[in-house]
Amino acid sequence: MSGRYTVSREDWSLHRKGEIDRQRHREKVKEAIKKNLADIVSEESIILSDGKKVIKVPIRSLDEFHFRFNHNKQQHGGQGDGESKVGDVLGSDSKKKAGKGPGQGQGAGEEPGVDYYEAEITIDELAEMIFEDLGLPNLKQKKKPELASESVEFRDVRKVGIQSNIDRKRTIFQALKRRAIEEGKQGLGKITREDLRFKTWEQVYKYESSAVVLAMMDTSGSMGPWEKYIARSFFFWMVRFLRTKYQNVKIVFLSHHVTAKETSEEEFFTKGASGGTRCSSVYELALKVIEERFNPEDYNIYGFHFSDGDNLSSDNEKCVRLVKDLLKVCNLIGYGEIEGPYYYSSTLKSAFKKIEEQNFTTVSIRDKSGVFPALKSFFNPDPLKTATGR
Amino acid sequence: MSINEKYELEKALEQITAIAKGYNLDFYDMYFEICPADILYTFGAYGMPTRFSHWSFGKAYHKMKTQYDYNLSRIYEMVINSDPCYAFLLEGNSLIQNKMVMAHVLAHCDFFKNNYYFQRTSRQMVESMSVAAQRIRQYEFAHGREKVESFLDSVISIQEHIDPYRDIGKNEPAIEKSESGGCCGGEGCGKGCGKDSCKDKGCEGGNCGHTHSEQESPYDDLWKLDHLGEGQESKDDTQKAKKFPKKPEKDLLLFIMEYGRDLEDWQRDIISIIREEMFYFWPQMQTKIMNEGWATYWHLRIMRDMDLTEEESLEFAKLHSGVIQSSKVRLNPYFLGLKLFEYIEKRWDEPGEEDRIKYGRPGGEGREKIFEIRELDNDISFLRNCLTEEFVEQEDIYLYKKVGYEWKIVEKDWQKVRDSLVASMVNSGFPYIVVQDGDYGKRGELYLHHAYEGAELDVYYLERTLPHVYKLWGRPVYLETVLDSKKVLFSYSGEKVSKKFV
Ligand SMILES: [Zn+2]
Repeated sequence: MSGRYTVSREDWSLHRKGEIDRQRHREKVKEAIKKNLADIVSEESIILSDGKKVIKVPIRSLDEFHFRFNHNKQQHGGQGDGESKVGDVLGSDSKKKAGKGPGQGQGAGEEPGVDYYEAEITIDELAEMIFEDLGLPNLKQKKKPELASESVEFRDVRKVGIQSNIDRKRTIFQALKRRAIEEGKQGLGKITREDLRFKTWEQVYKYESSAVVLAMMDTSGSMGPWEKYIARSFFFWMVRFLRTKYQNVKIVFLSHHVTAKETSEEEFFTKGASGGTRCSSVYELALKVIEERFNPEDYNIYGFHFSDGDNLSSDNEKCVRLVKDLLKVCNLIGYGEIEGPYYYSSTLKSAFKKIEEQNFTTVSIRDKSGVFPALKSFFNPDPLKTATGR
Repeated sequence: MSINEKYELEKALEQITAIAKGYNLDFYDMYFEICPADILYTFGAYGMPTRFSHWSFGKAYHKMKTQYDYNLSRIYEMVINSDPCYAFLLEGNSLIQNKMVMAHVLAHCDFFKNNYYFQRTSRQMVESMSVAAQRIRQYEFAHGREKVESFLDSVISIQEHIDPYRDIGKNEPAIEKSESGGCCGGEGCGKGCGKDSCKDKGCEGGNCGHTHSEQESPYDDLWKLDHLGEGQESKDDTQKAKKFPKKPEKDLLLFIMEYGRDLEDWQRDIISIIREEMFYFWPQMQTKIMNEGWATYWHLRIMRDMDLTEEESLEFAKLHSGVIQSSKVRLNPYFLGLKLFEYIEKRWDEPGEEDRIKYGRPGGEGREKIFEIRELDNDISFLRNCLTEEFVEQEDIYLYKKVGYEWKIVEKDWQKVRDSLVASMVNSGFPYIVVQDGDYGKRGELYLHHAYEGAELDVYYLERTLPHVYKLWGRPVYLETVLDSKKVLFSYSGEKVSKKFV
């Protein structure tokens, strides 16, 4: 006879399947983000997020693709309160960002239409991925050892320690060695307490050398909102990168149009200016700052300059000369040119073609996805290994 | 769970079971298991606690969990179509919540046990899925996790493409013999009805009674004879003598499993696992409205018969209204199903003049009628038969679609509303795609055909699904469909999806 019943409660603590597959999904999300870093790096929502810790990244590659109908072209059923009329508007897609593509509602919200998977990721996690292979290039030992990059290292193998820190390799090696000596036999026998070796770890500061980075930005009238946005995304990540990876790196902010001035960090990221462009002004200022405050004997010096290249043409020669002077005292100078919609060819970048010094790098950025390659090319810790063409 | 709590639940269950039996609900033995939220969400995400591991379930689980954490989710019911029937209660639910869930899932179990479309589902799927999951885990050890996972990705991408009616009335595995979505041979009237060619008398005027669902399967041999009489079958046979498959094959998984040339045994096994699981879930997809409606109808009545305190009654009323809350942008199956069952019951209890005279309904047969419906119908026939002008107006059901950037109500005519809803449920809402040629161009390439019925495919998704089919088939694959009223052929041969108008 059926229809009997029981109630019970088992121990579910070992049932971890959901968590394990969730973890796997998370890994795939990270892989997907890594593949799309170039696009994500310059997402406005991130650059403008202003301290918001968790950001949403649309990830289409983790949609579960299958043959399905076009949601946006289909009719769907709904239910009114008894007063509905043909023509009533239930919702609108216009407030959502364009270019998201079609998707299907998943049941939770009350909005019709698009829904796609958005992974949540903290800026710190994202930064970790972006900075993974970045480093300050040509870093040299300098007299003033101020700069420290942080790392956790296992050092010092000891005979006592906590179980989870057993150094398996050394312990087994020790057991093999003991057996060979004591018993004259090859191979692994019983591991004794005496064989155990432990790792201990500690935070170590690797003193490298001190460094200063000069952030130089063109804020003249020809730099439109888009160009400024690109330059600022670069500097946003640069600043974050330097502060995450290095303990005491100094950053000096210089902005210019016809004349140049040193600004506060906040001003650098928010203030715009207008007027013409004379890039030599910022190089002169950079040289002056170095001369007065940062002795190349003591500091690794880096300079990164972003402009749309729309320089006063009579000024170009002077720029070349000044950059060559800077190169004598700097580990690296990077020049990034943002190609706006009215880009023309006789720009500062073409004038810079004459510069042949190894420690000079230029990049061109044509769209948002160019910011990440610029970071990679300027902060290539080993520029000789993977020479970047310019 | 405290002993007291368990005692309370058992006492309630005894009462609920007795009431349900008094109403002639007929269910399997019930095992109620109390589990923490995480576990319940796991089951919800996987559809079955013992199912294999895959990141897509992890994604669903994450979604459920975070929705729960943000307090967006409703109370959760989870019941498994199995004998004995397993149902899960959420730890920390109030007694009244658990009572309602118990009453609700008893009715689900009655539905699983008695609805025609569930007749052929395995009742041992908890064990089967567990064994299958074990095998897949072994394949991971043998062939590497990444390899198995990416193969699963591909199979899952076409998992809906089975033919749930394939074996009805036939014993042969018979790719060649398969019937291809002929009128009413498939999912019932949804597909064939309304067409001139439709011979099903029951369908005429959209008033097919339950004769229809009976015709769908037990009598479809008769139906085949009909076609033979017209000489269609023999003509096709000579014309398509060299065709492979002879008739378009709806069961993509089966076709690829049997004829995919480069598949290894473990890969064929995985295809067959996913296919079996799909067969199991299919009836649940095609009876979503009925099943939830039935369960809601009964939890409402059973709870009314319990001796609830005033406070409990109030809490229950709140819970219930949360379950049946309607929405402007989607039809709530709990609500729609409940209202339809109540509507039919009333019409058969107190028939109007027309019903009495024309159909000879004496009245007082409401309960009997809804039991008959729960036995014989699926959502398609249920809506087609029961969604009347009166009901559509009374419940203010409409159609909406995207016009420019806005989603607007575009249709309130009851017949159009009904027909559109029914059409959207054909093939459980998935595009109807068949293998038209398994040796396309005599190069062993796979030519799929989408039976376009007015609804276009999502091209973005199509272009990302076709490569999965290619991966399974191992040779170039094609899909013919219609975009902007023009025939289009998509193809993929390993590099890039291309599209041309034909
Ligand atoms: Zn339910």
